[in-house]
Amino acid sequence: MNRKHFFESLLLGNKNTGSNTLVEEGNDVLTRKTVNRRTNTGIAQYTGTFGDAELMHLLRRSLFGVTMGDIRKFKGKTLTQVVDSLLTPALTQPNPPVNYYGNQVNDPNVAYGSTWVNAPLDPNVESNRKAGVKSWFWGLTAFQNPDLLQKMVMFWHNHFAIQFLEIPDSRACYTYLKTIHTHALGNFKDLTKAITIDPAMLFYLNGRLNTKRAPDENYARELQELFTVGKGPNSKFTEDDVKEMAKILTGWSINPLTNPFSTAFVATNHDSTDKKLSSFYGGVTIKGRTGLTAGDDELKDLLSAIFAVDETALYLCRKLYKFFVYYDIDDAVETNVIVPLAKVFKDSGYDVKTVLKTLLKSEHFFDQWNRGCVIKDPITQQAGFCRQMEVKFPSNTDYFLHYQMLILGVYFGELTQMNYGDPPNVAGWPAWYQKPLFYRSWINSDTLPKRNQFTDYLLYIGHKVGSFTLMADPWVVVKQMSNPGVADDLIAETIAFLVPEDLTAAQKSNLKAILLPGGIPDYNWADEYRAATTPSDPNYSTSLVSVTAKLKALFKAIMNLSEYQLS
Amino acid sequence: MKRRSFVKSAAAAGTLMPFTLSGMGVKTYEDSPLLQVLGRRAGATDKVLVIIQLNGGNDGLNTLIPTDQYSNLSKARSNVLIQENKVLALSGKSGVGLHPKLTGLRDLYNAGLVSAVQCVGYPQPNFSHFRSTDIWMSGSNADEVFTTGWMGRYLDMAYPEFPQKYPNATMPDPLAIQIGQVVGLQYMGPTVTMGMAITDPSTFYQLVDGTTEQTPSSPYGDELAFLRLVTQQTNQYADVIKAAATKGKNYSTKYTTPGRNSSLSDQLKIVAKLINGGLKTPVYMVSLGGFDTHSEQVDSADTSNGSHANLMQQLGDAIAAFQDDLKLMGLQDKVAGMTFSEFGRRVMSNASDGTDHGAAAPLFVFGTSVQPGIIGSNPTIPSVVTVNDNLPMQYDFRQVYASVLQDWFGLTDTELKVAMGNKDFNTLPIFKNNKAKIEDYVDLVSRISLNAIYPNPHRGRVSVDYFTESGNLQLHVFDARGTLIDTVVSGWHAHGSYTAFIDTAQYGPGNYFVQLSQGEKRFTEVLLVP
Repeated sequence: MNRKHFFESLLLGNKNTGSNTLVEEGNDVLTRKTVNRRTNTGIAQYTGTFGDAELMHLLRRSLFGVTMGDIRKFKGKTLTQVVDSLLTPALTQPNPPVNYYGNQVNDPNVAYGSTWVNAPLDPNVESNRKAGVKSWFWGLTAFQNPDLLQKMVMFWHNHFAIQFLEIPDSRACYTYLKTIHTHALGNFKDLTKAITIDPAMLFYLNGRLNTKRAPDENYARELQELFTVGKGPNSKFTEDDVKEMAKILTGWSINPLTNPFSTAFVATNHDSTDKKLSSFYGGVTIKGRTGLTAGDDELKDLLSAIFAVDETALYLCRKLYKFFVYYDIDDAVETNVIVPLAKVFKDSGYDVKTVLKTLLKSEHFFDQWNRGCVIKDPITQQAGFCRQMEVKFPSNTDYFLHYQMLILGVYFGELTQMNYGDPPNVAGWPAWYQKPLFYRSWINSDTLPKRNQFTDYLLYIGHKVGSFTLMADPWVVVKQMSNPGVADDLIAETIAFLVPEDLTAAQKSNLKAILLPGGIPDYNWADEYRAATTPSDPNYSTSLVSVTAKLKALFKAIMNLSEYQLS
Repeated sequence: MKRRSFVKSAAAAGTLMPFTLSGMGVKTYEDSPLLQVLGRRAGATDKVLVIIQLNGGNDGLNTLIPTDQYSNLSKARSNVLIQENKVLALSGKSGVGLHPKLTGLRDLYNAGLVSAVQCVGYPQPNFSHFRSTDIWMSGSNADEVFTTGWMGRYLDMAYPEFPQKYPNATMPDPLAIQIGQVVGLQYMGPTVTMGMAITDPSTFYQLVDGTTEQTPSSPYGDELAFLRLVTQQTNQYADVIKAAATKGKNYSTKYTTPGRNSSLSDQLKIVAKLINGGLKTPVYMVSLGGFDTHSEQVDSADTSNGSHANLMQQLGDAIAAFQDDLKLMGLQDKVAGMTFSEFGRRVMSNASDGTDHGAAAPLFVFGTSVQPGIIGSNPTIPSVVTVNDNLPMQYDFRQVYASVLQDWFGLTDTELKVAMGNKDFNTLPIFKNNKAKIEDYVDLVSRISLNAIYPNPHRGRVSVDYFTESGNLQLHVFDARGTLIDTVVSGWHAHGSYTAFIDTAQYGPGNYFVQLSQGEKRFTEVLLVP
């Protein structure tokens, strides 16, 4: 593949690029990878300074955008206090999605503003509900509390990926998300069990069609390859394991007559023979059962076998590492981070809080080497923008308008290749697994300008529906800053707020020229800022216009920098 | 259901997005016949305008120096005043000259390539850098706020449906390029900026130079380098700019030593190169900062040196090199340039060898297409100047804009009015090809003018012709010592021309001064009584 084609293939998102090509192109920034990693830090608890930079690093990776309020909440606390707080969500189950569409189309079973999640399926409003559950899901990120719940919901949604558009019943999409919420910060094994027999998953990976007469291996394969032991070099499950596990999982189905449709176990469809797993799973035999509890009992035994294998913990820890730290797992990271972290995880009985606590408090996580190197996924970039700018949404009791605004997020997410609720396939988004691009697969000639358009649009034009305009107002943030009347302080604080690493002197000087063009003295900013924030000042109204324009330009300039895409 | 069908189903369900992605909410103009006509014309003009912004407020009195006012100037600003014998003379002009370091501009003037406009400003001058820059860039009155810029409104008309339908075959290039700063208010169209966003000027230079900035050797640096590369590649105009920069050549040897990318000379050199390389971009803006000379504007040992002198040198030399380059390229007839600054500086200097924020100031338009000369008269410096005295404006800055749009870019009267924010402004005879009428730019612009004293010298009945905008106006007579001896007229006038009469029979023989004043605006003529 020549250089031009190589570039084109990357920019077009073609994943068929062999890694050997990358080596040949190693001098190019597009493929540049700093080698000779110098860090051997591991999972021992970080004992260095836990200052503003460390707090921001932790919060950026844990939240969808960091607000000024988040900073105030955590500033001055110890690392342990902050991580403990992040792992203690204020609310584990959000209020369900509602009928926001009642003023457009009639839903005979659900009043405008009431939830439809337990109401009968209605083809006339199903597309509205589907748009609704996706919008609601996006809103959960933008309106999250400052804790790790929603980031982990995203992690598990990417891990146990389903595509909402493949699910013919929005109510099942909701219950799938409810299952993830229940276990997001709970136990991985419990979550795996719940997801395995979740109605949406039974639909998505054909579990409902898996019977002793016609076994369907789809779920049994993905359960191993994508959800637990993975397909790393040491994951040596066999084709027979796939077949045997499919038998173990026979009989699970969905009952379409309930509201919403629910999991059912049809004992007559269950294969009651004994199933023998390969040596990879210790050669255990899962005893065949009959009766109504057969499926559940065999599933428990199966998960015991799977979760007894070290690969399960290793695979999950690698995924968590790619999600929270960086995508590049070299030998040092594998030895110093992944292996010991997997032991902690397995020893805890797969307790999610334990593994996260260890990772997020580790010296490796706070290693300067690992800061600022995550390219934000689109939802983090966009919902994170709304959160950090404290963009004011219509009241959530103004149902129609509220959802109209949320749908903007879904829409831009899709345009920038992260259709939340609808990953490209069961493997989730390529950014978290696909070599060699990983995070870089979010960025191409189409998506990068659209990311900038999203922030520019809400800063400058606003999303107008009816009488409401969704807009970002830099004043909301700036007024919470410590010294915005001093140009250098305002710039420094805005940089620290918006990008992960400090900018160069030349970049800062360009930003200062926005506030003070042509090198006019700094006191002009102070004077104008004072006038713009003093309604009694005779120049208040005109200064307000000028200063507002400059604040917008400052925020836009930083948000249009490549650095803003990094976390 | 396929992935893409979500949007469709959302639309069908009444959740239609009110914008298209590439459009970013830009309205279309299909319903407007005026704009359709303009749309057909888009790209037809191959004229280029280069705007040079002098940031900080340029001291006009030390730029285009009214040497006939030296005695009063030396009372008002002796510590910053340029030595009279060093002021550069202009061919065919007396009583006015250029700053000693503006040799480049002087040469262009003498070659017939410069139109200077005296005392350009706007009513109710504002002394805030921020506000006054906004007024200049938006073209608003002092007491109103425009969120669009004068160039943005023009470009929005000339290139309908930007940015959705651009780049295209007839206009493959950026509509406007601003070098050295983020895109300013003046390019702001009704909803989007019409200017090319060079968010990081260093990226622009890299694009032109084909270089890449280093990033740290770390995962952060690796990802940043990747993002920057895609940013550069995905700028929809990156290719055309790069192609023009590669194809284009500079021919002049007069540019100052390269290496300072921020210098005006380097900025204009890039503009010349891009024009030479075939870029069809009609508007460029470059800038030179440092004009906010509150202190040490001049070297106290030699007022022709100092920080303002350095800026004058850069300005004159850069324009001269640019014009030389265009001539050598054979493109000089395609390009016109103009300077502007948010305000002039105070008549009276301060004790720090500097000057504070002022009001009206001269402005230069250059190129082979301009009508060479000076429009307007020297400002009159009163014998007694207070710290609050500012030069009255003779011309509204929007008359200059109107002249550029109509006589350079060819807008009709109707189109011009739209571009000027629904205001009417008479044009000035800046360009050779102009429709300005002398009574327009003398009368309507100067707002008041003392037109004729006849007969003079004379003892007896003397007529004084004057013109005024509506407002209170005084016509006074002072004796040679500056003592008020007569108030001929005092009171409210409607807009128009008037004649007053003075009976000089009652005066003793000698020199008298007839002064017409309205607020801060003053015009003084000598009346001789035998």
